[in-house]
Amino acid sequence: MPVPAPPTGRRGKNKRLRDRMNPRLFAWVLAIPATLFVALGLGLPVLSTFATTIGEAAGPLQPYIAFFTSGFRRTVLWRTMEVSLITTAISVVVGFATAWVVARAPGRIKSLLIIAAVFPLLTSVVVRSFAWMVILGKNGIVNTALLGLGFIGEPLSMLYTEGAVIVAMVYLFVPLMILTLVGVLEGIPRDLTDAATSLGATPAAAFRQVVLPMAVPGLIVGAVLVFTGSFTSYATPQLLGGERQMMMGTFLYQRAMVTFDWVGASTIAAVMTIVTLATVLVMSRLARKLNPVTG
Amino acid sequence: MMSRTHPLLVAFAGLTFIFLIGPLIIIIGTALSDTTFLTFPPQGLSLRWFENIFEISAFRTTMVTSFMLAVGGTALSLLIGVPAAYAMARYRVELPKFLPNVFVLPILVPEIVLGFSLMKSVATGLGFPIFTSLLIGHALLVLPYCVRVVGASLNSFDFSIEEAAVSLGCPRWKSFFTVVLPNVRAGVIAAFILAFITSINDVSISIFLTGPGISTLPIQLLAHMEQFFDPTIAAVSVLLMGVTVAVMAVVEWTLGLTFLTK
Repeated sequence: MPVPAPPTGRRGKNKRLRDRMNPRLFAWVLAIPATLFVALGLGLPVLSTFATTIGEAAGPLQPYIAFFTSGFRRTVLWRTMEVSLITTAISVVVGFATAWVVARAPGRIKSLLIIAAVFPLLTSVVVRSFAWMVILGKNGIVNTALLGLGFIGEPLSMLYTEGAVIVAMVYLFVPLMILTLVGVLEGIPRDLTDAATSLGATPAAAFRQVVLPMAVPGLIVGAVLVFTGSFTSYATPQLLGGERQMMMGTFLYQRAMVTFDWVGASTIAAVMTIVTLATVLVMSRLARKLNPVTG
Repeated sequence: MMSRTHPLLVAFAGLTFIFLIGPLIIIIGTALSDTTFLTFPPQGLSLRWFENIFEISAFRTTMVTSFMLAVGGTALSLLIGVPAAYAMARYRVELPKFLPNVFVLPILVPEIVLGFSLMKSVATGLGFPIFTSLLIGHALLVLPYCVRVVGASLNSFDFSIEEAAVSLGCPRWKSFFTVVLPNVRAGVIAAFILAFITSINDVSISIFLTGPGISTLPIQLLAHMEQFFDPTIAAVSVLLMGVTVAVMAVVEWTLGLTFLTK
């Protein structure tokens, strides 16, 4: 590592400079551009969006009352909740089982599997959703295969259904879950399960009483990522759900950019933010509580 | 004692990986098809849809915009994020405890809410040009990666080395560039890669901020899909997968792919 030689004769000047600038001030000078950027670029605009929803003449909570009394908007909210919860549940199970195998795979195979999980994760969401349009479409692979085998007389319409959105979302989030959990499972020392089984625990008991409690915080972190990611997604519900399966993200876009109802759009934005923040706060508290090390 | 993984579980994991990789292979197949509609397995092999990408000027210009935005947004974010990360690692006591949380906000606030708010306040409200608004949005989007990844590297850096340089007479700015930065090089590269890929794939922020004349590649792809459902989309998708391959190659070359599971 390059450590420069001390320049002679300048020591005194430098000392004076350091004395002038106190550490607190120096630290703030370095941190202030980024802090201001977040405050002005994110803080103010987002607060202004929230302000739009409570500055209404009809009453401060009017947009929210309108939101929750409208059958259509409630349907969108519940559909988004439902799709996100189902996606999360499937991703947790599939991700955990797969991560278990990956974590125990021998070195070379393991890195190959990790590459296979990272690759889709780094590829555009539009591309990954498009793939499912090709697979599930009227002339898609599934329909062609089913028609060819004579199982169905005419093509099924699978696009623009809740199922299509869920399949594509699971596809989107399983790699994230796998990678999160591989790290967690690798962190659990093999000695612990070995100790449990050598003391007489069945493999199932060792899994339930040793592995699972240690994996729970990681499972919660992964589940929160999947849930909030699904809840606030735009491209996937747009492409696979369309107008028929409107979700919060696509609904927000439609209100803002198609009908120009900015108060309505701001209300959707506020509801999305509140649900996201509440989920993160509650679940991270739960993760801390259930963590055998810190809880 | 080493218990072997149950064969059923291994089979399940195998199916998961087929599920993960299969759709991408299907896209490559459809992109190579000679037909004017999307079909798999491909009928006839041709590269005409790849040529078609470059014949559609909207794809050419949005590719350039996306690239400039990813590089510009990431550079801006590193420029302000690295000093902040340094300050928070080096002067933890001097700065307020809540400060690191400020840099989590862009992840915590849903991307689409940030996109909508920027459109409402910055692009429409303040009348900022489209590219500037996009740049602000993308820099905000990637700032958490820059601050946290570089911050993680800085946290494991022994600042007494820097102190040694400074007490031997090296100016602070010079010690930062010659002592601190070379030691957190891996963190900066990792932050750049993560930020670049996040920015180039972004939809939720850009969808609100793109306007007449300026758009990004994913948004252009969405717009194209609404009008034409032809193999050009698959060809662009393959091109984007090429970007992923390039990024992964860079990761492997600079940091090693194991970095991605840490």
